Amino acid sequence: MKLFELSRADDPGQAIAAGAKATTAQQGADIRFIAGGTTLIDLMKLNVETPQKVVDVTHLPFGKIETLADGGLKIGAMVRNSELAYHPVVRKDYAVLSEAILSGASPQLRNMATTAGNLLQRTRCMYFRDTAMPCNKREPGSGCAAITGVNRSLAILGTSEHCIATNPSDMNVALAALEATIHIRGTKDEHSIPISDFHLLPGDTPQRETVLEPGDLIIHVTLPPPAPRSRSLYLKLRDRASYEFALASAAVVVTATGGKITRARVALGGVGTKPWRSPEAEAELTGQTATETVFQKAAEAALRDAKPQSQNRFKVELAKRCLVHALKLVTQTA
Amino acid sequence: MPESAQTSVIGKPQPRIDGPFKVSGTAMYASDFHFPDLLYAVPIEATIANGKIQKLDAAAAERMPGVRAIFHRANIGKIFRSVMGKGMEGICIERRPPFEDDVIRYYGQYVALAVADTFELAKAAADAVRVTYSKEKPNVSPDLKAEDDPQVVATTYGPEHRLQSERGNPDAAFASAPVKLDQTYVTPSETHNPIELQGTTAIWDGQMLTLYEESQAIFNMRGVLAQMFGLPKESVRVITKFVGSGFGSKLWPWTHCPLAAAAARKLGKPVKLVLSRRMMFQTAGHRARTQQRMRLGATPAGKLVSLMQDYVYERSMLDDYHENCGEATAFHYSVPNLRVKFGRARRNIGSPSDMRGPGAVPGLYATESAMNELADQLKIDPVQFRVLNEPKIDESLGVPFSSRHLLECLQLGAEKFDWSKRTPEVGSMKRDGLTLGWGMATAAWVAARFAAEANIQLRDDGTTRIACGTQDIGTGTYTILAQLAAEKAGVTLDKVEVALGDTSLPEGPVSGGSMATASVIPAVLAAADDAIKSLLTVATTTPGSPFEKRKNDELAFESGRVFVKANGPASGVPFADLLRRADLRFVTGSGKSNATFGEEKKEKPKFSTHSYGCHFVEVTWQAEIARLRVNRVVSVMDAGRIINPLTGRNQIEGAVVMGIGMALFEHTAYDPQNGAPINSNVADYIMAVNADVPKLEVHFLDYPDKEINPLGARGIGEIGLAGIAAAITAATHHATGVRIRELPITIDKLI
Ligand SMILES: Cc1cc2nc3c(=O)[nH]c(=O)nc-3n(C[C@H](O)[C@H](O)[C@H](O)COP(=O)(O)OP(=O)(O)OC[C@H]3O[C@@H](n4cnc5c(N)ncnc54)[C@H](O)[C@@H]3O)c2cc1C
Ligand code: SF4
Repeated sequence: MKLFELSRADDPGQAIAAGAKATTAQQGADIRFIAGGTTLIDLMKLNVETPQKVVDVTHLPFGKIETLADGGLKIGAMVRNSELAYHPVVRKDYAVLSEAILSGASPQLRNMATTAGNLLQRTRCMYFRDTAMPCNKREPGSGCAAITGVNRSLAILGTSEHCIATNPSDMNVALAALEATIHIRGTKDEHSIPISDFHLLPGDTPQRETVLEPGDLIIHVTLPPPAPRSRSLYLKLRDRASYEFALASAAVVVTATGGKITRARVALGGVGTKPWRSPEAEAELTGQTATETVFQKAAEAALRDAKPQSQNRFKVELAKRCLVHALKLVTQTA
Repeated sequence: MPESAQTSVIGKPQPRIDGPFKVSGTAMYASDFHFPDLLYAVPIEATIANGKIQKLDAAAAERMPGVRAIFHRANIGKIFRSVMGKGMEGICIERRPPFEDDVIRYYGQYVALAVADTFELAKAAADAVRVTYSKEKPNVSPDLKAEDDPQVVATTYGPEHRLQSERGNPDAAFASAPVKLDQTYVTPSETHNPIELQGTTAIWDGQMLTLYEESQAIFNMRGVLAQMFGLPKESVRVITKFVGSGFGSKLWPWTHCPLAAAAARKLGKPVKLVLSRRMMFQTAGHRARTQQRMRLGATPAGKLVSLMQDYVYERSMLDDYHENCGEATAFHYSVPNLRVKFGRARRNIGSPSDMRGPGAVPGLYATESAMNELADQLKIDPVQFRVLNEPKIDESLGVPFSSRHLLECLQLGAEKFDWSKRTPEVGSMKRDGLTLGWGMATAAWVAARFAAEANIQLRDDGTTRIACGTQDIGTGTYTILAQLAAEKAGVTLDKVEVALGDTSLPEGPVSGGSMATASVIPAVLAAADDAIKSLLTVATTTPGSPFEKRKNDELAFESGRVFVKANGPASGVPFADLLRRADLRFVTGSGKSNATFGEEKKEKPKFSTHSYGCHFVEVTWQAEIARLRVNRVVSVMDAGRIINPLTGRNQIEGAVVMGIGMALFEHTAYDPQNGAPINSNVADYIMAVNADVPKLEVHFLDYPDKEINPLGARGIGEIGLAGIAAAITAATHHATGVRIRELPITIDKLI
């Protein structure tokens, strides 16, 4: 860990002004906001993040969960993951989100972690976290040690020859399936962006993970009203039974009437370089009868472009089984 | 001691007497000790696994605030080598003193040491040291081929014949066997991962060196450090009050120990050095990767005719740690033709070391897996197959077993598990939409004693103090010592003070090999008898004593009272009364017992002494989502007399949990390019968590083994981990049809 200066922002303007002085809001940022700290502090200890200034944003007035006039939900950027997961409206109308959060980390971590922090959590690629290793994300141009190394847990979708790092978040996968919108206040304006456009594919700039610019402060996330008669579910597969990131996961939001699927939203976790919404799977499902054959086709479609590495070929099959099973469970008549 | 004494605290479940200290945070672990002027040290780890240091630039780091020194080869001062002494002294796996040369042989090898006023400053300084290397491709290849080695090789613990055991004509018998199995089983490198990190705090007072350590063997630590600093043994003191588990990683000193002491010597101030979790994967030992070819031949009726085990294990570039996978092979089954042989392969890795059940755990994984596979091939129930091949004597030594009740273990285990309901066809058992798999395996672990000394005081306030320089590594040694002292002194547990974990105490045994309990028993019993003898002399010689003028041999001591034999115990006088009358604070006794292990194997033992056991395992398999879980485990142990069933059960349960990890998750992954153990943290090195642990059922047979010690207690710390992985792979095969011969059984192997 390098020496750094810690300050606390008492209003959003102060935070934004402080953050705006950074040269980048991406890897290598010299100024960082800190929320729960469960990602940032770890990476600072490892010298992967080396900000000179750290601005505490937990006192900003974005700690509430409110229902919106249109029936949607507004989730403050500082809402703790545990509060969000146990919120009655979330449990009832957005079960997939509650389940996703509760499947991740540990109660202690979820008590600290925030909505914005979770959206921005970094990959668990072991080479990214070790400064002695080549890593294009951490040190652009240095190479990718994972492609030729230990890559069992890394991505098979959205990868590039420069980086195959997985976005590890469970919450983000649920937010993708729920078509969440991220609200950002920056130096110039306040704008919003669908979650599908918020995270970037690695391409040849894996150090750029989101659209955020210096000073950009996430203030809240909104969810559209729950689709009528929809049911949602999150299924997470991993080696051990608890306290591990996903090898594959699926967030599904499905409306089925009389056995027929009228609307489907599908996102996969543990396999993509970003929270992996699958319009291909959704297209296979929409208008079809909820049968295993249809689910299988959807799974095939979702994984069609998968590019496995030396150690993670099994993820292709695992992700398919995960999605099929999630669809089976969510369409089961109670 | 009357085994049936009503007051007996032996064999009764006793909660740990040190429990309250642990849960209240008052138990002092080694790194909890603080001293005025304490400095903090952080080692700098090599970031290559093979090559040489070209340049080490400490200038920037030395200029940082609060930095006291950056030590490296040029300025650390002399650190001598150490050699193996007599008994359990002088053992050190990595013999090369730190910084001895500029050659890097494994990733994470210490190349320098930053010392500063705070831990944070030392870490920042360590990060600021620039080291450049000339780098060569490291060899961390997982494929182990035995290198050319002489027939007798030097190992950490002395010379070993690579041909460990041979009888009959195993090749011919195998060739002509009607039913054969020839398979290779692989166990990966595993890392101990005790929750407490290793560390040393070193304090010099003139020529006297005191070390606060979390050591499983303080006297060995003293011996090695005395050699490294050229000091007489008496000038080194090692203190280890509590250990947050060791699993073998804390048995012998690693290179950070002399580094802390050398830095403290140079700076004239106490220095604390605590490893990071990553260092625990690099420089503090691990279980060696093994590759074991098993060849078994049998008659169609299921009688073994040949058994061959050829195994290879990894070791580091310089050291000779021996992973004795053949430990249990030669005696465990009756087979006329047998050969056990090993080979070794050097790798650019930190040295492997003892990890809970060293040798036998990977070894029994292979033999038990082979036995299970062969049983399936023969279409004989695996339990029955063991029964058919149960030996009458130890066929490798030609001597009887001191106490072996493996068949009874199997019988009880099968009954408790309901094994008779098993249908052998793959995937044939279902429950609640899940496929069940049932498997079993047996276990064995050596039973022996280290040398031990103890000292007991009977005191004038009716309390007693037992002192023995052994360690409590979380297994319950404080409680066991208290039980033994309470029993002999005839007092309740709360009247016993236990002193351990300090080389200023009488020399106690290593907390390893599951031998601590078995070793301390005879010493403590002898010490108590000695103290009682002194007490009787006090009773007969103190003027005004009720026993004045009696002869010692007219008196007896029982339940804390002295009495005239002829008058019976009811007439007894409490020892505290007698001491007070004599104006004595205490009487002292000391006792000593010799080793049955680790000494020169001069003559053939009269008995073959081991513990035995078996595990029955149920897994559930959900093919739709490739989910395998261990659902139920029944373990039965024949481990001699159980002194404390509560801590005893806890040892077996803990070992089974570790066995679930071994079977399903654990492996240290070396990066193929730069040789780093890349998953060197507890998020990426997957171990079993609570949610992976089902209901565990543990049964003890409780047959005393009087060949080991007067109470008949053998060890239980390691045997619970033997066999469990083979039982889980067998259950996995039963559920899925997939034979896993390389651990762990990760999802990718089942899909
Ligand atoms: C051992 C462990 C296990 C875990 N397991 C899981 C798991 O299984 N599944 C899972 O999904 N997650 C898991 N996590 C990750 C955890 O969910 C994240 O660390 C957490 O959500 C991050 O939230 P935070 O508030 O602590 O973020 P911080 O560490 O405070 O911040 C993270 C990043 O977000 C930025 N940031 C924070 N707030 C704002 C804002 N308002 N605007 C702009 N930028 C902001 C910070 O600058 C920083 O770059 C695990 C973490 C650990 C340590
Ligand atoms: S996968 Fe990405 S994060 Fe991992 S080493 Fe390669 S470039 Fe770095």
